[in-house]
Amino acid sequence: MATITKQGELTGRSTYIDGEGPLGGPRIQREALTTGGKTYAQVDEDILYHTEHFPTKLWWLAFAISATVAGVFVTSAALLFTTGMGTQGINSPVGWGVDIINFVFWIGIGHAGTLISAILYLFRQTWRTAIARSAEAMTIFAVATAGTFPLIHVGRVWFAYWLIPIPNGRGPLWVNFNSPLAWDVFAISTYGTISIVFWYVGLVPDLAIVRDRAKNKWRKLIYGILSLGWRGSNRHWRHYESTYLMLAGLSTPLVFSVHTIVSFDFATSILPGWHATIFPPYFVIGAIFSGFGMVLTLSIILRKVFHLEDYITVNHIESMTKIVMLTGMLVGFAYSTEFFMAWYSGSEFEGFAFMNRAFGPYWWSYAIMFSCNAFIPQLFWFKKIRRNLYVVFVISLFVNLGMWFERYVIIVTSLHRDFLPGSWGMYTMKPIDWAITLGSFGWFMSMFLLFARALPTISNFEVKMALPPDEGAGKVYKGGGHHAD
Amino acid sequence: MLTDHTGSGGMFALFTHQGEILDAAAKARDKKFERWDVFTPYPIHGMDDAMGLGRSWIPWVTFTAAMVGLCSALALQIGTMTIDWPMNIGGKPFLPWPSFMPITFELTVLIGGLTTVAVMFLAGGLPNLRPKIVHPQITTDKFALYISADDPQFDAVATREFLESLDPLTVEEVRFDR
Repeated sequence: MATITKQGELTGRSTYIDGEGPLGGPRIQREALTTGGKTYAQVDEDILYHTEHFPTKLWWLAFAISATVAGVFVTSAALLFTTGMGTQGINSPVGWGVDIINFVFWIGIGHAGTLISAILYLFRQTWRTAIARSAEAMTIFAVATAGTFPLIHVGRVWFAYWLIPIPNGRGPLWVNFNSPLAWDVFAISTYGTISIVFWYVGLVPDLAIVRDRAKNKWRKLIYGILSLGWRGSNRHWRHYESTYLMLAGLSTPLVFSVHTIVSFDFATSILPGWHATIFPPYFVIGAIFSGFGMVLTLSIILRKVFHLEDYITVNHIESMTKIVMLTGMLVGFAYSTEFFMAWYSGSEFEGFAFMNRAFGPYWWSYAIMFSCNAFIPQLFWFKKIRRNLYVVFVISLFVNLGMWFERYVIIVTSLHRDFLPGSWGMYTMKPIDWAITLGSFGWFMSMFLLFARALPTISNFEVKMALPPDEGAGKVYKGGGHHAD
Repeated sequence: MLTDHTGSGGMFALFTHQGEILDAAAKARDKKFERWDVFTPYPIHGMDDAMGLGRSWIPWVTFTAAMVGLCSALALQIGTMTIDWPMNIGGKPFLPWPSFMPITFELTVLIGGLTTVAVMFLAGGLPNLRPKIVHPQITTDKFALYISADDPQFDAVATREFLESLDPLTVEEVRFDR
């Protein structure tokens, strides 16, 4: 494989080597994953630079803004806990408002991280190495952000432990396992726990690198504890790799299960617009779509701010845009199928719910949702656009916006006009609703920036694995190679 | 108990290319050392065969723990909703097994995953706050073939000769004093 030294030399196209493939056909060779002809030592230098040096002014600026916005989040959550739910815009008939919208939105964001770390691992997509670590971090912080919203929504957060089936003095009165809301508690906590464990298992060998490179006594101690004493013994790597495979195998159905269960919160009701069997796949695809939108947003910033262009190359961005385009088409297909089923079912209420969505008082939210999700990502059909980072960045923001509005449309338009016109009503977001929504982005970004400062943002050892061995070692190996047998 | 392959000290040869360490490991395997190890910055494809180690037994741990998770989830749900306090919820049966499936799945994954990771770390002797680090550059870009002084075949002269015959960067001795 020829070493590509400059970003500009990447074309995003594979080369066909005639006669080397199976049955005498061509062998298809992808372009190098890492540019710049890096050696193993340089990989560590480049990736760990920001862990080992004092943060830049740009980082402080970004962190100051995020922390301020996170302050808004904490303040408004405190207000909601102390004053009560009356400060929010929810009322009859729209009893699920911004809290559930944000919960579903942030849980969805997390799904791309697990998809990248587990499903792309099982499919042996080696390009995942450059983005897996930051995407997994994104998952954890997104789940942490999402988890606060149901706690706000229960109103009296000090009783939130009633959601857990523990022996109690009320009978004991157990939780109702027929309820999707009880399933949610298990799904979200399992998802959060397994994501953290998966992330940490990947981090351990890299934390050992930081420990071994540390010249500062405290850094050596802290990263020594965090790395658990990892030494790179092959007797450990053997079990390590097997564990990683097992976790990937367990996490793959887990990704699908989590948003499936979230969609059951809606689909098991009898409300027109919610009561649909399409909901599980529709929610899962939407989650992957929105998650990749967020991964694109974060990766483009990360590679620029931390000078990781040689590791997260334009080819990585292009691969992600293809997933966004495909999943964008699939959500568009789901929207259309819902409409078709509303007509084909012959149900008067179902038909009205969808006409009301598209042409009723909230038509603008439906228009934002449909155009941002189903139409704008279709620009990625053009290779020039897929490889233009400015355009990709803007489109990724539209994806995030569109997916927030998807949840707005599903929740608000279905609830505000259900069966009897006498029980219809409208939903308006109050100031605290805006504050907690915008604040959640600051909360999420603050955690992400702290992660990017303190831990390796790219998996060093996986990048080294994916490097051509001669390039990584900085010399050509002329050995017998009898190990190949 | 698991064998400590590092022991109180030993001798190691340092390499810079994964091809070299694969060849070296295969030769050490053929010499039939008992207490020896290979240290690498990343897992190398084919190294388990080169060292003569079989497949990892971790999948069995995952399977067993996942089954425990599955059974405990069913026990929790059936125990509370069917046996301890059956309640009529919308006329549904007292043993609504389809309703139990989501939580059964989640606890299968949770207990399977957590146990696998815990056993994997414990099998490698982790957590260990004073690890026996053979060479600080192993985690960065060096590959080490290590033969413990506790190995029955270990001999200061013959082992050094063997290691030097592999054409390494250096051959060094280490001692781990506890």
